[in-house]
Amino acid sequence: MGNKIYINGIGIVSAQEEDLFSEGFASTYYENIFPVISPNYRDFIKPMALRRMSKAIKMGITSAKIALKEAEIEVPDAIITGTGEGCKQDTEKFLENMLDQNEKLLTPTSFIQSTHNTIGGQIALNLGCKNYNVTYTQNSVSLETALLDAQMQFDEDPFLNSILVGGVDEISEKITSFRKLDGQLKSVPIKNLDLLKEDSTGTITSEGAYFFALSNKRKENTYAEIQNVSIKNTIPPEKINEEIEAFLETNKLDPADIDTMILGMNGDNRYDYFYKNLQQKLFKNTTQLAYKHLVGDFDTASGYAIYLAGNILKSGKIPSILKLNDIESKAPKNILIYNQYLGRDHSLILLSAF
Amino acid sequence: MNKGVAVTGMGIFSAIGNNTAANYRSLILGKHGISSSEILETIHKNLPVGEIKISNESLAEDLNLPENHSFSRAALLGAFAVKEAVTQSSWKIDNETGFISGTSVGGMDATETYFKDFTEGKTDNNRFIRAQHPGFTTEKIAEYFGITEFVSTISTACSSGANAIMLGARMIKAGKLKRVIVGGTDCLTKFTLNGFNSLMILSDEQCKPFDESRNGLNLGEGAAYLVLEGEEELNGKPVLGRISGYGNANDAFHQTASSENGEGAFLAMQKALKTAGISSKKIDYINAHGTATRNNDSAETEALKRIFSKNLPDFSSTKAFTGHTLAAAGALEAVYSLLSLQNQQVFSNLNFSDPMQSSGFIPVTNLKEKPIKYVLSNSFGFGGNCTSLIFRKNGE
Repeated sequence: MGNKIYINGIGIVSAQEEDLFSEGFASTYYENIFPVISPNYRDFIKPMALRRMSKAIKMGITSAKIALKEAEIEVPDAIITGTGEGCKQDTEKFLENMLDQNEKLLTPTSFIQSTHNTIGGQIALNLGCKNYNVTYTQNSVSLETALLDAQMQFDEDPFLNSILVGGVDEISEKITSFRKLDGQLKSVPIKNLDLLKEDSTGTITSEGAYFFALSNKRKENTYAEIQNVSIKNTIPPEKINEEIEAFLETNKLDPADIDTMILGMNGDNRYDYFYKNLQQKLFKNTTQLAYKHLVGDFDTASGYAIYLAGNILKSGKIPSILKLNDIESKAPKNILIYNQYLGRDHSLILLSAF
Repeated sequence: MNKGVAVTGMGIFSAIGNNTAANYRSLILGKHGISSSEILETIHKNLPVGEIKISNESLAEDLNLPENHSFSRAALLGAFAVKEAVTQSSWKIDNETGFISGTSVGGMDATETYFKDFTEGKTDNNRFIRAQHPGFTTEKIAEYFGITEFVSTISTACSSGANAIMLGARMIKAGKLKRVIVGGTDCLTKFTLNGFNSLMILSDEQCKPFDESRNGLNLGEGAAYLVLEGEEELNGKPVLGRISGYGNANDAFHQTASSENGEGAFLAMQKALKTAGISSKKIDYINAHGTATRNNDSAETEALKRIFSKNLPDFSSTKAFTGHTLAAAGALEAVYSLLSLQNQQVFSNLNFSDPMQSSGFIPVTNLKEKPIKYVLSNSFGFGGNCTSLIFRKNGE
């Protein structure tokens, strides 16, 4: 890739308070499905509009606005959204009414807001942004495909200044709980902070929105530079080290150049070997971090890893609650984020200090 | 003007035929595929649909799927269309093949069927729990063909398929992929039929795009995919046409309605002409979005007026043939645009009798033969997502 891409603004809504970096305090949950800590949405969205919005839309608009404000962008040149399951609450509402009322006397409100591109569309509407607008919905690489698209946009158009990229997923009462039936969630409730000590199947889940204001120009408050993004649908377990070496090679880096690795481990003993393999081999001497014990696992949870990477690169600090090993990283320079879900939809994101 | 990205294969499955040849035959004979639903179990039998009259069981059997497969209907239809496209393009899927699919419904057919069972904690069909993810449907198709590398899904409502084609063309141009299968798939579901019905934009008769008395759309189902290849991969293989322009914009007006002056549509067409490097005068035929709702057709004609002013080329909507296939529409109509270039024909806009008072525009109502070099295809969706594609005849 040619042009440099900087993260100049970050807005997040997650199950953790933002003081993780300053005070190291982490919220604890005792259910396998837990909600975000809601900000005061009224600070960002007019009350009239707020009433009709599902959580995904509220979280999306709010985090988008925080990111844009920090980067001092009013209207971005593109809005690219990733979401695994989109507006699940409205989908569930319309679906239940339809089934309960045997297809009779239905009102359109929840149907209107059920499409996966509602979040991206509502952000555009809220900002009055008529520019490029796309929504990706590829399971755990939804946000990563959005980043790839942004990367191409910057390469294609030298006049582009800013792109808003983000990932959003919400929990809904029924559809999210169905994951207990097919082994995606752990069968008994656990404490979230103990997730990585578990030796059982399934994981824990939550919701969240992570938006990033990207630009090809550095600013004083820039977090990090996005070097590259790669997605791959299927990787045989024994090939994971090779795959990552090949990715690093295209970026002219050795595994030794990566000082910090953020792993998407989610406590599911059927698939965590993808990460363990890397921990024991390629990145044995690298600072290893994890985050899903804090925010749960869902399709766009890797947005939290990008948020962490940005803050680590900017502040030079690593909250100890993230650490998987004792290897110190004095001044983090290159951070690699690796994620997959159920052995599919693998992604690599490489970020650097600038 | 730019050369554009080569299309070397195409496949389609719709209510007017289960492959490209069958679709073409229906188009030139003016044979539509609108009927009362037989496969979809709904109480709304009065609402005509563009339904493919083949059951899931029979589709799965033809694809040699095991009995406990977890293909949604959209995945089944998609697999057929991909198969045709790949066969035509004659190469083996390798690790430099990408797959980008547009879908809005995804596996909603499975979700609505098993929702109550899952609510009651029944696990018999739990392999369909993840069907609620649009990416699940895409992954099933990828799995079937052994596509393991770049696999992604776009869900921008009715412009999904067009956006998938646009992303694929951009990736080929950027050298990120050597070849990529792009398009879209959506099946009929109770969810969408009832959703559009609750919005009161479904017609209880055959839809009449661009007619003054149009009163709504007919939903349809289908899948279509193109194979796009980089220039250095062609080695003299036949090129069906080229994607020379694309544009994506947002109407930023309303979640479901289009702005009166068709701002998003206007911007999308303007950007497409710009990337193609041509003036609007070069367009020989427009395959319009033309859903036959009051709102879409009036916004689209306003946008067309703004782009073409007095030089409006021949245009038609083929939705009266297939119904509105949502995320697949842009992909189906890409195949029709390529057929139009190959055969130098403009397909007819069925069921038209009176021009809209607001524009006076008259679409092509009988199959028309003429020299065609550039075709513009429009796709607009909920969320204000508007995308236009420009296809160019190869070699000219």
